[in-house]
Amino acid sequence: MNTKGATTSSAGGTDGGSDSSSSAKRNSKKPKYSRFTQQELPACKPILTPGWVITTFIFVGIIFIPIGLASLFASERVVEIVYRYDEGCIPTNYSDQKLAYIQNSTTNKTCTRSLIVPKQMKRPVYVYYQLDNFYQNHRRYVKSRSDKQLRSNASEGDTSSCDPEGVAPDKHPIVPCGLIAWSLFNDTYGFLVNNEALEVSKRNIAWKSDQEHKFGSDVYPKNFQSGGLIGGAKLNDTIPLSEQADLIVWMRTAAFPTFRKLYGKIEMDLEANENVTVVIQNNYNTYSFGGKKKLVLSTTSWIGGKNDFLGVAYLTVGGLCLFLAISFILVYVVKPRPLGDPSFLSWNRNPSGL
Amino acid sequence: MTRGRIRAKLRRSNLYTFSCLRPTAAETEAPHSFQGPGYSRIVYCNQPRVHRKKPLNYPSNYTSTTKYNIITFLPKAIFEQFRRVANVYFLLAAILSLTPVAPFSAVSMIAPLAFVVGLSMAKEALEDWRRFIQDMKVNSRKASVHKGDGVFGFKPWQKIRVGDVVKVEKDQFFPADLLLLSSSYEDGICYVETMNLDGETNLKVKRCLESTLPLDDDTTFKDFAGTIKCEDPNSNLYTFVGNFEYDRQIYPLDPNQILLRDSKLRNTAHVYGVVIFTGHDTKVMQNATKSPSKRSKIERKMDQIIYILFTLLVGISLISSIGFAVKTKFQMPDWWYLQPKNTTSFYDPERPALSGVFHLVTALILYGYLIPISLYVSIEVVKVLQATFINQDIHMYDEETGNPAQARTSNLNEELGQVDTILSDKTGTLTCNQMDFLKCSIAGTAYGVGSSEVELAAAKQMAIDINEPDSEVSNVPVRKTSARDSWENNGSGYGVSEIELETVITSKDGKDQKPIIKGFNFVDSRLMDGNWSKEPKADVILLFFRILATCHTAIPEPNEETGSFNYEAESPDEGAFLVAAREFGFEFCRRTQSSVFIRERYPSSRQPVEREFKILNLLDFTSKRKRMSVIVRDEDGQILLLCKGADSIIFDRLSKNGRMYEEATTRHLNEYGETGLRTLALAYRKLEESEYSAWNNEFVKAKTSIGADREAMLERVSDMMERDLILVGATAVEDKLQKGVPQCIDKLAQAGLKIWVLTGDKMETAINIGFACSLLRQGMKQICITTMNSDTLTQDSKETFWLLMTDQTVKENILMQITNATQMIKLEKDPHAAFALIIDGKTLTYALEDDMKHQFLGLAVGCASVICCRVSPKQKALVTRLVKEGTGKTTLAIGDGANDVGMIQEADIGVGISGVEGMQAVMASDFSIAQFRFLERLLVVHGHWCYKRIAQMICYFFYKNIAFGLTLFYFEAFTSFSGQSVYDDWYMLLFNVILTSLPVISLGVFEQDVSSEVCLQFPALYQQGPKNLFFDWYRIFGWMGNGLYSSLIIFFLNIIIFYDQAFRSGGQTADMSAVGTTMFTCIIWAVNCQIALTMSHFTWIQHLFVWGSIATWYLFLLLYGMTSPTISGNAYQILVEALAPAPIYWSATLLVTIACNLPYLAHISFQRCFNPMDHHIIQEIKYYKKDVEDRHMWTRERSKARQETKIGFTARVDAKIRQLKGRLQKKQTAVMSPS
Repeated sequence: MNTKGATTSSAGGTDGGSDSSSSAKRNSKKPKYSRFTQQELPACKPILTPGWVITTFIFVGIIFIPIGLASLFASERVVEIVYRYDEGCIPTNYSDQKLAYIQNSTTNKTCTRSLIVPKQMKRPVYVYYQLDNFYQNHRRYVKSRSDKQLRSNASEGDTSSCDPEGVAPDKHPIVPCGLIAWSLFNDTYGFLVNNEALEVSKRNIAWKSDQEHKFGSDVYPKNFQSGGLIGGAKLNDTIPLSEQADLIVWMRTAAFPTFRKLYGKIEMDLEANENVTVVIQNNYNTYSFGGKKKLVLSTTSWIGGKNDFLGVAYLTVGGLCLFLAISFILVYVVKPRPLGDPSFLSWNRNPSGL
Repeated sequence: MTRGRIRAKLRRSNLYTFSCLRPTAAETEAPHSFQGPGYSRIVYCNQPRVHRKKPLNYPSNYTSTTKYNIITFLPKAIFEQFRRVANVYFLLAAILSLTPVAPFSAVSMIAPLAFVVGLSMAKEALEDWRRFIQDMKVNSRKASVHKGDGVFGFKPWQKIRVGDVVKVEKDQFFPADLLLLSSSYEDGICYVETMNLDGETNLKVKRCLESTLPLDDDTTFKDFAGTIKCEDPNSNLYTFVGNFEYDRQIYPLDPNQILLRDSKLRNTAHVYGVVIFTGHDTKVMQNATKSPSKRSKIERKMDQIIYILFTLLVGISLISSIGFAVKTKFQMPDWWYLQPKNTTSFYDPERPALSGVFHLVTALILYGYLIPISLYVSIEVVKVLQATFINQDIHMYDEETGNPAQARTSNLNEELGQVDTILSDKTGTLTCNQMDFLKCSIAGTAYGVGSSEVELAAAKQMAIDINEPDSEVSNVPVRKTSARDSWENNGSGYGVSEIELETVITSKDGKDQKPIIKGFNFVDSRLMDGNWSKEPKADVILLFFRILATCHTAIPEPNEETGSFNYEAESPDEGAFLVAAREFGFEFCRRTQSSVFIRERYPSSRQPVEREFKILNLLDFTSKRKRMSVIVRDEDGQILLLCKGADSIIFDRLSKNGRMYEEATTRHLNEYGETGLRTLALAYRKLEESEYSAWNNEFVKAKTSIGADREAMLERVSDMMERDLILVGATAVEDKLQKGVPQCIDKLAQAGLKIWVLTGDKMETAINIGFACSLLRQGMKQICITTMNSDTLTQDSKETFWLLMTDQTVKENILMQITNATQMIKLEKDPHAAFALIIDGKTLTYALEDDMKHQFLGLAVGCASVICCRVSPKQKALVTRLVKEGTGKTTLAIGDGANDVGMIQEADIGVGISGVEGMQAVMASDFSIAQFRFLERLLVVHGHWCYKRIAQMICYFFYKNIAFGLTLFYFEAFTSFSGQSVYDDWYMLLFNVILTSLPVISLGVFEQDVSSEVCLQFPALYQQGPKNLFFDWYRIFGWMGNGLYSSLIIFFLNIIIFYDQAFRSGGQTADMSAVGTTMFTCIIWAVNCQIALTMSHFTWIQHLFVWGSIATWYLFLLLYGMTSPTISGNAYQILVEALAPAPIYWSATLLVTIACNLPYLAHISFQRCFNPMDHHIIQEIKYYKKDVEDRHMWTRERSKARQETKIGFTARVDAKIRQLKGRLQKKQTAVMSPS
C-alpha cells in the first residue's frame, strides 16, 4: 500500500467542477505561439559543401590576382627618387661634430645637390621629407597639443595639455603650444632645373578639412619659439595658422617612427635623365638621435606612392586560394565523401558503441 | 452548510485506532516550566493591541523573500557586481584612467564599465522586482480575523498580528503559525496537508485542547482571552513547547495543537486559531534556506581562461614596461623633441625604474582589451534570452496544470546540455500518484484483459520481426549486416515499428483524453455489468467485492453531476478499490460512526439494495504491519474479519483450508509484479460471536492502556486476530505513470544519460515502478543490497538477531555484497547483460560512509539502472553529492516534493516539477517543468542548443578580444613602448560594447546546429555535450591561436601597406589616425566575417546584426567625422575626406579580411569534408532533403543513433525480442534436426 498517501482529490476523482473556472486563468500562462519565441524563424542554413568551398576559393583567387596585378602595375608606374642628405650635407670639417654643426646658428647650412630623374615624372611631382627614428607617435609627444587653441582665438589660453611647451617663461600662452608644434621640421628645399627655379607649391598639401576647421584663420602664432629652448622652425606671426600648411602637415602625427611628410608639389613634368639641382637648408637636428633625413620626389598612382607590397600580398593570397582550391579538388577526387552519407555518422564509424 | 453535513455524517476521528488516539498520558502531563533563554515568548490571545508595543512587538506577518529593498539595493547590488574579479579589474582601470597614467581618456574606460555593471544591476533589479510581486501576492491574501465583539472580517495576511484569532476555511492556507482552538468537528480535530513543508501528501491530524473546544462559534470570541508562553521562533518543524493559560488554568501545548503557516486545511470546514508566530518568525520561514548559487562547468572553465588571459596580459605589460624603461633610460635623452630634461616622473630618463612602474599600470589598462569586459554581460544577456525561450516553449507547456516550463535561474542553461546522470524522485515525478484498478485475481482466476504498454509494443515488434526471415539470427554483430539487408528487402523494418510505437503511444493518449472513470481501467466482460454472478465461484467474487467496498477508511462524497459518489481516501490505492467496487456494482455510499452502507446492485433486481455493515473494529494500516483489517457484522449478524495487505504478509497468515487458491494467485501476482503493477492480497475470516467478544475485550484493554508499550500491545492484539485467514484473491493496481514517462526515459537513455531513482517508497513499490518505466526489465540481473532480509524474520528472532548484529558486522556484510556484485559485473561476458542495483535506505547509510562510498559508487556506475528506496531527503542529497563528486560528471536531480529539496540543491542542476501544489521543490530548483516528460525536450533540445551556443560564444569572445588586444601590443613596439594606442579612444570604447557585441549575442541566442525535431530524433547528438566536444582545451586554444593569427595579419599587413609612402593619389601620407582607422576597419570586418563563418543558422536577425555591425562602424565613422574637431580630433572627416576616396583603404580591408579568415575557412572545410561530425552529416542530409527522398535511410539512422542502452523501453523491447527469437530458433533447430 502506498505510504505516501495522496491528496484526496486525486483519489476518487473529485475534480470535476473546478476546471472551467480556472481554465481562463491557466490559459493566461500559456506561452503565445510565435515563430520567434518557438525558435522557428525561417533561416538559411548554408553548409560548406565541397562545391561551395572550391567555388569560394577559386572565386577569391580570381578576384585577387587581377587586383594584385593592377596594384603592382600601378606601383610600377610610380617614379620615386629618394635622396638621403643628412650625412652628405655635413661639411667635412664638421663630420666629427655633427651636433655642434647643426646646433650652431651661425654655420652655413646650405647644401646643394643634384639628382638625376630616372624616368619621366608626370606632374604633379610630390616632394616629401622622410625622417627616421623619430618617434612622432610617442605618447608624450602625441598628447602635447591643444586642438582647441589651434581652432580658435578664444581658446588661446587652453594650454593645459601642452606640457612642457604650454607657456612662455613670462607665463603667456604659446600659440601654437605643445611639443609637436615646437619641434616643427625646418629644413627647406629649393629646386632648379636647367638653372631655372622650380616652384614648389604648398597648395593642398594639407587636408582641406584641417585648414578649414581645425586650424583657425584668426589664430596667429604668439610667443612661438621665444623661450630658452628652440625646437624647430619659427612661424611667421602675421600668417594665421590655417595658412601655415607645413605646420598643419606636421601636426598630423605619423604612426611609425619612420615617416614621410608632404613638403610640397612641383606642378611640372620632369623628363627622364633631367638634372634637378636641390638646394637644401639643412637645419633640423636629427643628428642627436641618429635619425636619417631623406628627400623624396615621387609621382603617385591610384594606389598612392610606390607600394609593391600590396600587389604582392594580393597575388600571394590569391595564389594561396587557388592552391587550396586545387588541393581541395585533388583530395576530394582521391577520397571523396558523398554528402549526407550516413556511414560517416559516429555510430556507424565505430560500431563498438560510443 | 458543509459543517452540518459533515457533522451529521460522522466523527471521522473514531476511525483511527492508532494514529490519533489521544494518548491519555498527555492529560496528566504537567505544564512546562519555562526558564532561561529560548522560551521567552508571550502571546496574549485575542489582544493583538498588546502586541503593538514593546517588548511584545513581534515582527508583522509581512514576509519578504527579496534580496534588496529600495535603500539597500544600490550598495548591495554594486557590491555583488564587484565580487567578480574581472569587474574589480575594470573598476581599478576606470579609477586609474582619471590619472595621467591612463593611455585613454577616462570616459572610454568608465562608460563601458558603467554600461556593463548597469545592465547586470538592471537584471538583478528586475528579478528582485518579480520576487517582490510574488511576495505581495502572498502578503495580500485575505484571511478572516476576529475584529472584536465576535465579528470576523477579512484582513490581508500582512496585517495579521500575534494574538489575533483567525478563522481558516477548508482548503485555505494558514496565514501564520496558529494554535488550534477549535474546529468544525465536535472533538476539535482537523486535517492538515503539509505538502509545502515536508512534501508528504497524506493528511495529518491536529487536535485542539479540550478546554478550548467550546470556542466553536464566531460569537464566543467576544470575550475570549488567554495567554500563551512558549518557545522562541526556531526552525524545528516537529517540536513545539509551550503553555496555554486559560480560565486560570495552565495547559501544556505540544506540536499537535500547532498549525503551521503554508500548510493547508483539508477535509475540515473551518478552524479557529490564535496566531503565535508571524512572518519571518514562522517555522516555515525559519526553515527557508537560501539556495546555493550554482555555476556551470563552462563558466568555471571560462574563469580559467580568464586567468590565462590575465597572465598573458601581465606578461605583455611587463614586456612593455621593461621595454619602456630601457628605451627611456638609454634613448630618450637623445630625443630632444620630447624635451627629456623637462619631464614628469612618467617619462623620466633619470629614473627609468619609476617610469617603468608607472608604465606598467598604463600597460595593464591599455591591454585590458584582452579581457573582454562585455563577456560577462553578454553571457548574462544571452542566458536571459535563452531562458526566455525555455519559458516560452509551447512544447513544454502543460495544458492540464497550465504550467509552462520555467528557467528560474538562467545561469545553468548550458549545463543542461552536459548532463550525465539524472537522479529522479518517484512519486509525483515519475508517477502521478494516481492508481488505476487494472486486474484482479479471484479464486484463482485472473480477470482483466487490459495490458500494459510494454507488452503491446513488444508484441507488435515481434510480429514484424518474425515475418522477416533474414533477421532471425539476432546476435548483435550479425544483426548489423543482416538487418541492413532486411531493410533493403523488406522496406518496412524499423520504419513500421517506429510508427507503430508511436501509434501505441498516441492511442494511449487518446485513452487518457476520454475520461472513462478515473482510477478504473479494468476491461473484462466476465465481471462487468453484473456478469460476475454467472461465473463459477460467484460467492467468492461477491466476497471479494465486499472486501473492496468495506475494508477502508474513506469517506464518500456525493457528486452532484453524476449522481454517484467520489471518495476521499487516505491513499490512492484505496480510492481505486472503491471506484472499482462501485463499477462492479458495490457502491459505498454512506459511512456513519459505526457502519458503512453499501448499495449493492445485482443483475437479478433492478433496484440496488442498500446493505449496512456494522464496523466493529478497524485495525489500521501502518507501514510496519503492511495490512489493514476491518471487523464487520453484516445484516445477517455474521461477524467477518476482512483483510487486505501485502501478499507475503497475507500468505503467511492463511489458514490451512484457506490456501485453496494460493498457487494460482501467486502465479498471477508474479505476472502482475513483472508488468509493474502494485498488488495486494485480499482475505477474510469468519468469526464466532464468543471468539470475537473475547478478543474485543483484550483489544479495548490495550486501547485504553497508558504507557509506552500501548502501541506494541495494540499491535500484538491485532496480530492475534489476523490469523487463519482464507484467501480470496488479489488486486493489481497500476500506479499510473505520468504521461510520457516511459518514452521520455527511453529517449533519455538513448541520449546516453544514466537514470537513478531515489524514492522514499519501499523496495517492492520501487521495483514495480522500475518495471513500469522500463528501468528494470526481464532478464536484467537485479543486485539487491540490503542489510538483512528482515521481512521474513519473525518478530522475536529479529530482535535477538539485531542484538547479535553489531555495526561492524553489518558493514562488513554490505561491503562483501558490494564487492561480490562488482566482481560479478566484471566477469560478465554477454554484451547484453544488464545489471540493476537496488539498495535500501538503511544499507545506504552504511554505503555512504567515507570508507565504503567509492566501492558503492563503482558498483552503481557499472549498473544500467540504480534504484535507491526508503531513502530520507538527506540521503537523497548525499547520494547526489556522491555521484556529483565521485564521477565528476554533471548531475541533474528532479523531484516535486519538499523531500527532494536537498537533492535539488545539491545537484549541478535541480529541476522541480511544478504541476503539484507544493512549491518547495520548485522554489529550490533551477528549472521547473510541469511534467517529467518535458525533461527530454529541456535537455535534448534546449540543453544541446544552449551548450553549443554558449561554448561557441565564449570561444569567439576570446578570439575577438585577442585579435584586437594584441594589435595594441604590437603597435607599442613601434612607439618605443610609450603606451600610445593607434586607435581613437572612441573606437576602442565601441569595439566591445557596440560593434561586436550584437553578433555574438545573436550567435548565443539564435544559433541552431540542427532543428529541434532533429535533436529529438537523434538523441545521440546530445552526447556532444557530456563529451564536451565544443569547449575542450583543444578548441579553446584553437580559437586563441586563430585570434593570435588574426592580430598578426591585421597589424602587419596594415603597417606594411601604410608604412611611409603616400596612400592616395593626392600624395598625402597616412598619419596615425588614418592607419588606426584602417586597421580598425579591418578588425571589424575580420571578426564579423569570422562569426558569420561560425554560424550555421541565419535568420534575418543574424544577418541584421552581423552585417549591421559592419554598417554601424561606417556610420559611426561618418557621424564621428562630422562632429566638431575638438571632439573627433584627428578623426575629423577622416572617412569622407581621407579614407573613402583612397582605393588602398578598401583594398587593404578586403585583403586583410580574407587573409584573416582563410585559414579558418580552410580548416573547417577540410574538417567537414574528411572528418565530419554527426551534426554536419545530418545538416547535409537535411540540406539535400535526403530524409524525404530516402525515408528508410532516415529512420534506420534514427534507430541506430540510439546509444547502446540497457534500460528504457526500446532496450526492453529489444531484450524481449532477443528472448523470443532465441526460443524460436531453438524450436526451429528442433524441427530441423530430425530431417
